[in-house]
Amino acid sequence: MMQELSMNILDVAENSVRAGANLIEITVDEQPNADLLTITIVDNGCGMTAEQIRNVTDPFFTTRSTRKVGLGVPFFKMAAELTGGSFTIDSAPGRGTVVQAVFVRSSIDRMPLGSINETIETLIHANPTLDFVYTRRICENQLTLDTREFRRILAEVELNDPQVSKFIREFLAENTAELLDGSN
Amino acid sequence: MKSLAELQALRDEMKSKIGVRKDSEHRMRIVVGMATCGIAAGARPVLAACIKEVETRNLTDVVVSQTGCIGICQFEPVIEIYDADGNKTTYVHVTPEKVPKIFAQHVVNGSPVVEYTIGANAN
Repeated sequence: MMQELSMNILDVAENSVRAGANLIEITVDEQPNADLLTITIVDNGCGMTAEQIRNVTDPFFTTRSTRKVGLGVPFFKMAAELTGGSFTIDSAPGRGTVVQAVFVRSSIDRMPLGSINETIETLIHANPTLDFVYTRRICENQLTLDTREFRRILAEVELNDPQVSKFIREFLAENTAELLDGSN
Repeated sequence: MKSLAELQALRDEMKSKIGVRKDSEHRMRIVVGMATCGIAAGARPVLAACIKEVETRNLTDVVVSQTGCIGICQFEPVIEIYDADGNKTTYVHVTPEKVPKIFAQHVVNGSPVVEYTIGANAN
């Protein structure tokens, strides 16, 4: 069981990595007025068949032969549904996968988002050849980190270079602080 | 607020220094298990702590990466350290607090922290 939503996000994104995606888009959208928190993970990996989609949310039908999935998806689905929210997977072989979890933001059963920035930093650092687009939105304001933009600027310098990692961490910390400030 | 202009400045500064790192020149590879079992047991802060150690020590010849389920879920979080000859050391039940010692003693000075290894914790 995960203690924070950002751990579930990391876990689902790891499925995208193992599905051979080279672009993974993660969006955390908080809409206090509608009382919703929506997490969307989109990848361009190998996708899943209809049968795999049916099985992936059932912990007792997930076997090691479908190694790219495990208990993680059922955990995430349960976390969303416990709040009165919803969970969907849209995927087809060759078309990538969209995982979306909608949470009732004020529900007492909603897990805290937790350290989403650490999730993003570790994903980028440990997968320097993949691209990530991270968007965090609160009401109308948002921050975006697109590693394709970073890569264009960095040229031959790699995304997991220690100095670049430090920059990414500070970029996320400072821009998140500004986003949270602006929303109060 | 950090901007992409600052990233450009950082890149220019790095470019002026010789020897941009090549992936093939790594002296050591640190691999963190990041499957559901690892994440649920606390692998993310361990991976983050490894990245910070590389940063603060500016270890340009060490790479930190991730893998899926290593197969010893009950020992997660697990990290494996491979030296240049491919020799592997497996650390089990790793916490962020154990990471600095593993770096100081093993990654920098080449001497494994025996009490954190799977061999010392198998029972």
